[in-house]
Amino acid sequence: MPESLSGIGVSAGVAAGPLLRIAAAPALPAPVPVTDAGAEVERAYAALAEVVADLERRADRASEATVAEVLRAEAMMAGDEELREAVRENVEEGSDAPHAIDAAFGTFREMFAEAGGYLAERVADLDDLRDRAVAVLLGLPMPGVPQPGHPFVLAARDLAPADTADLDPAQVLALVTEVGGPTSHTAILARALGLPAVVACRGVLGIPEGSLVQVDGASGQVEVGTEFSVRRAENRVMTEISGPGRTSDGHAVKLLANVGSAKNVPAADQAHAEGIGLFRTELLFLDRTSEPSRDEQITAYREVFRAMAGRRVVIRTLDAGADKPLPFLHQEGEPNPALGVRGLRVARQRPQVLTTQLAAIAAAAGDTGADVWVMAPMVSTLAEATEFAAAVHEAGLPRAGVMIEVPAAALRAADLLRVVDFLSIGTNDLSQYTFAADRMCGDLAELLDYWQPALLQLVGICGEAGRAAGKPIGVCGEAAADAALAPVLAGLGVSSLSMSPRALSGVRASLARYSYAECRRLAELAVAAPDAATARKVVS
Amino acid sequence: MSTRTVAVGSASGLHARPAKIFVEAAAKAPVKVTIQVAGKKPVPAKSMLSVLALGAKQGTEVTLAADGDGAEQALNDLAALLARDLDADDA
Repeated sequence: MPESLSGIGVSAGVAAGPLLRIAAAPALPAPVPVTDAGAEVERAYAALAEVVADLERRADRASEATVAEVLRAEAMMAGDEELREAVRENVEEGSDAPHAIDAAFGTFREMFAEAGGYLAERVADLDDLRDRAVAVLLGLPMPGVPQPGHPFVLAARDLAPADTADLDPAQVLALVTEVGGPTSHTAILARALGLPAVVACRGVLGIPEGSLVQVDGASGQVEVGTEFSVRRAENRVMTEISGPGRTSDGHAVKLLANVGSAKNVPAADQAHAEGIGLFRTELLFLDRTSEPSRDEQITAYREVFRAMAGRRVVIRTLDAGADKPLPFLHQEGEPNPALGVRGLRVARQRPQVLTTQLAAIAAAAGDTGADVWVMAPMVSTLAEATEFAAAVHEAGLPRAGVMIEVPAAALRAADLLRVVDFLSIGTNDLSQYTFAADRMCGDLAELLDYWQPALLQLVGICGEAGRAAGKPIGVCGEAAADAALAPVLAGLGVSSLSMSPRALSGVRASLARYSYAECRRLAELAVAAPDAATARKVVS
Repeated sequence: MSTRTVAVGSASGLHARPAKIFVEAAAKAPVKVTIQVAGKKPVPAKSMLSVLALGAKQGTEVTLAADGDGAEQALNDLAALLARDLDADDA
């Protein structure tokens, strides 16, 4: 009988392959006396050179220019002459190679930490470089996403945004993490890449490296056994109902796709998306130590707009902070980042980041023929919505909207619709803030369930406001990808659903099974249910 | 020993991309150039870690120094580079 672990399935599909971990940082071994200082210096230099070479290889492979640039800057640090000089001095004073390297990085570490601010944040980069060099010396795998040259299942405690820069979807079969919840970074990434994923899977890090495992991203089961053969999750072809989203009696619900860059557009097209309901712009900013220039932004946005000529593209301005910290924003000392300066709130401190981005969006939209709508994340008040709408219009963009992620904004949806053209409900964050439950906390998964009647009630308030104002209300959170929930959302007054392209055909089929009157009835039943499980049951 | 004192022009200071551009240029110079922030000791301009550790922000005055053949030209070029806003330049 194979060993079986269970977690929360967050991205459906079954795949199997050898399990590899994101290697942990190596511990420094006990110091050993050095007899041949010259040879020890050479050994240390060779390890640093291997780190440089590895970073440069990864930079060459990186598909995004910004990722490559970060990796090359790190390579420069690992190859630094002053660092080598310090290593040599340390060896000559009696240290072995690992300790000489540790101490040399330590000197710079101290200088960086002392300088504070931006440099203090770069201390982690120095530690990472040191860990890599020490790993080479000890003959251990370098920390980070493994690159074995064959397909594998990736296991980690949790995936940091930085790890994902290195993640090659052609090599990774599935993701399993020990922590995390249905809306964690891992879950969102997995759905975007179409990879099966299980989060909050206790014990996964105890599975021996290289064991064959089978991951079921729907049930959350992870089984270990020799009988599994390597296989990729099939992209299940659903019975094709094509055309725009509609109920059985023709009530339209626009079916849109979530994308992060032009690379995701072909998948959206294949799934017959009617447009883009959420174009996340933070990918362009991620792992950056400086803000991407206006022209760089224009290029990235234009690519997506061009591909969507004649269709709607809802682009979201930078959503940073909390679980998506950005080095260049120099945000330090937030007492609780999820409740801190994030999303639109960043504009309070750095208004030019927003104005530059809006100018870039306007310039990119130019002659592409796409119907470009702009929305801001983390809006809580009418004043914020008013100010944002004014900034959007000032940039020359006609359609301004806001995301509903904070209960305060949902409660005042009617107010907000007086100043903006549309609302888009981000169910992941709205759950987090409604239930005061951290998105990353696997133990609270049932509170983050988007079938929770309280969450659906807030969606209903927005839907009602939208009907009254005659303005569109979208859902672009994970809830939009749940086929069974689609008729409920439509009944609550939601006029568009935006999701990862893989989910589109299932949602389209589900909507087509119900009349609009039935959708409204299901919505009433779900909101009236005492809990999420009952809400699910009354609808199915 | 020739010197040039110049205020850092890059919006983010001598960090990340601006530091990388400057260090790469200094490494190509025919002479050994040092860079110094007032009150600290001069460090080699071609050392990425040392240049980053200066913690120079936009407007911080730094002093470049070099000796030998080509020093004047190298210092002029590097000073001009530092004065520019390298964050605003496109790759």
